[in-house]
Amino acid sequence: MSAKPILEKLRILADAAKYDASCASSGTVKRDSVASKGIGSTEGMGICHSYAPDGRCISLLKILLTNFCIYDCRFCINRASSNVERARFSPQEVVRLTLDFYKRNYIEGLFLSSGIIRSEDYTMEQLVEVARILREEHRFGGYIHLKTIAGADPGLIALAGLYADRLSTNVELPTEAGLQSFAPEKKPETIRKTMASVRVGAEEAIEATRGRLIGKAKPPRFAPAGQSTQMIVGADAARDDDILKTATNLYSGYQLRRVYYSAYSPIPDASQDLPPVRPPLMREHRLYQADWLLRFYGFARAEIMEGANGGMLDLSIDPKLAWALQRREVFPVDINRAPRELLLRVPGLGTRAVDRIVAGRRLTKLRLTDLAKLTASVKKLLPFIVTPDWRPGMLTDSADLRARFAPPPEQLALAL
Amino acid sequence: MLQAPGDFAEWRRAARGLLAGGVPPDEVSWRGSEDGASLFGDAAGATRQGAASLPRELVEIAERVICHRDPEVPARLYRIIWRAARDRQLLARTTDRDVDWLRGADKAIRRDVHKMHAFVRFRRLGGEAGRERFAAWFEPTHRILRLTAPFFQRRFYGMDWAIVTPDARAIWHDETLAYGPGGMKQDVPDSDVVEDQWRTYYGAIFNPARVKIDAMRAEMPKKYWHNLPEAQDIAPLLAGAEARVERMREAAVSLANPLTDKWRTRVPDELALDDDAKTLGELARAVDRCTRCPLYCNATQGVAGEGPERARIMLVGEQPGDQEDLQGRPFVGPAGQLLSEALEEAGLDRARLFLTNAVKHFKFEPRGKRRLHQNPTTGEIDICRWWLDKERAFVQPDMIVTLGASALRGVMGKSASIKSMRGAVHELEGGSKLIATIHPSFLLRLPDRERAAEERVMFVADLIRARKLAA
Repeated sequence: MSAKPILEKLRILADAAKYDASCASSGTVKRDSVASKGIGSTEGMGICHSYAPDGRCISLLKILLTNFCIYDCRFCINRASSNVERARFSPQEVVRLTLDFYKRNYIEGLFLSSGIIRSEDYTMEQLVEVARILREEHRFGGYIHLKTIAGADPGLIALAGLYADRLSTNVELPTEAGLQSFAPEKKPETIRKTMASVRVGAEEAIEATRGRLIGKAKPPRFAPAGQSTQMIVGADAARDDDILKTATNLYSGYQLRRVYYSAYSPIPDASQDLPPVRPPLMREHRLYQADWLLRFYGFARAEIMEGANGGMLDLSIDPKLAWALQRREVFPVDINRAPRELLLRVPGLGTRAVDRIVAGRRLTKLRLTDLAKLTASVKKLLPFIVTPDWRPGMLTDSADLRARFAPPPEQLALAL
Repeated sequence: MLQAPGDFAEWRRAARGLLAGGVPPDEVSWRGSEDGASLFGDAAGATRQGAASLPRELVEIAERVICHRDPEVPARLYRIIWRAARDRQLLARTTDRDVDWLRGADKAIRRDVHKMHAFVRFRRLGGEAGRERFAAWFEPTHRILRLTAPFFQRRFYGMDWAIVTPDARAIWHDETLAYGPGGMKQDVPDSDVVEDQWRTYYGAIFNPARVKIDAMRAEMPKKYWHNLPEAQDIAPLLAGAEARVERMREAAVSLANPLTDKWRTRVPDELALDDDAKTLGELARAVDRCTRCPLYCNATQGVAGEGPERARIMLVGEQPGDQEDLQGRPFVGPAGQLLSEALEEAGLDRARLFLTNAVKHFKFEPRGKRRLHQNPTTGEIDICRWWLDKERAFVQPDMIVTLGASALRGVMGKSASIKSMRGAVHELEGGSKLIATIHPSFLLRLPDRERAAEERVMFVADLIRARKLAA
């Protein structure tokens, strides 16, 4: 293996890691370096230390241990048949970079992934070794996100869970057929089994905490920030409905904290069976909105699809508005009397605005001027709400309601 | 007259005095020492009439908001605590003008604090021998150093550091946090060797195919850029982005990496799906890869039966549940636990039984964070008989106990009611005997406790009968 200078390796292995969307450093336990007298803390809320011009947050040092890979997934820049430049870090080099960056307050921690070299188990061992050195030899208390290699031994996953805050296994493509044709070595059932072993590990750790005797040391935590996954959108023929179906199955089965939807973006030296198009960023955005409706707004997948067309979400308006336009009989909603669940269904009201409305209306009747203080935009709400000083009248049922919200076609082309 | 703008203790002392003296807000004029000129005299000597009690939340907010640079802040804060002392509900009045202002100011401070946590960039001063030493120059929008220094203390306990701002500095040295006067950019080093690596990383992690400048600027406003080493690369990265994407698009598809075939030989060959399993272990692997019906698409794994090959008694359930699906073993969830207890009461050793299910994959409906069990259809049960028959052929039990209607169908190949079959012993083709009873999950679902207890007794009785007949 050629010994490239560290800057070269960093350039190659960060470039290779950028197609993983997650950079979250949130949701873990509170931890600091006061007792250990080392370096590092996590305070529950993640911190984005920088932003790249692609609008994405930079919270973690997101790199691959190596971009050599024996798999040949078509959509991946690191697939075996790609002519991309290759490099490999030693575990010590990654540890060094992480600590150097962390001490200068560039990052919250490390997100380490890797191409598959030799075998799934060997690769996973290498990732775990980096986390072990950071935690045990350097008393590092910052955030660690490790990629779990699907098919690796459950014992290695259990070990990874002891050092890492978060584990993630990417499902890559939302459907079985997509995976078969684009990532022949990856098996959906292997990916699901790996996710299952993460959930089982976490539940066993919780069980151990419950069962412990008073005065005994706490058993170690298992990946306190849970697990996540990523699906690539727009590389295969999967519809939004298929994507959300897979997402709901994964959320329910493996207690995922997040499913990331990553618009397929053209990679250098792309495989010829992939679209050399612009990444479908608006589609990705709509999927995230739908995902939020599923998790925080009490929507069922079937309801979201009421506003969709042929299994695809409307690109020009958000999925909640699309649903509301199909279900006008639900509106208008009385801001001062409607239950919380119904307020959450009003287009333009987010969870925080709803909380503020519910708190505010206990003490005073809310009028439009009050709403302006509690929400971002009253204008969007108007057709769907009633206040003492406002009734939408025919507006709610007017035929051109959609046109009020949808941008004119030429703007849509830009947004895509 | 406040000497130290942004100092909460000083403002609190003054405000307490005024509040205790009953001085209304419109009679007080608050001046900072920077304003020079007149003092406020009228209320300074007011006599104390007892400490006012304020909501804890308000005190916490005031502690933050006092750091705001708006010169009106001390006066507005005083008006709010004056009102809060008379109206305990004040903070909940989200539409009130003062409260709205307070929340807005607090939000601005918290955002500033958050951005300072994020955008401080330390540079190394030295410390090769022992503790490393770092320093940073930072210009927060408000006077928030005291609000942020504890965060850096918790995070960077094991190194020495200083943060210098125009208003004040914080120094962490010898495990002590101290504050000092403000300074200048020249007080900290102007470079650090690691910055080259950081800028390389910043450039490489940027995806030129998805430029979103507004999203970046919303979260990393330009006012912070001049102290961020990576920000100097933003313009060149943006300038080159379009061309990079264009090159990707135009580049003809190249030939595969010549080493591909060599690398890919390391991928282990998939074992052929073997329908003629020679052992129970092989059978379990084949079950796991079964695609005879679509249930495998969403389940984690196929769960085969478990137990000794020469078991005299075989217990057949319906299908794996949530836990069975995750762990890949039958009867390890809540129903399995209940079954274990019942077996013990019946004098049966679970380890000597063969436990399996009529259907090998978990059928469920996702509902939020849970998976709700769904009954398998008769079609699914019949397709899955393929595996149950193989397990029966391997084990050749003397006695089969079916738990629930799905198990009964799986074993008999046709539907029959438990009610009509229960209590009797049936002969099966091939010599095994059959006892039909309920599924333990039925006991878990019964809302009526008395009824559940009765049913449980009957269930254990069925198991006892099975033990005696098999003996």
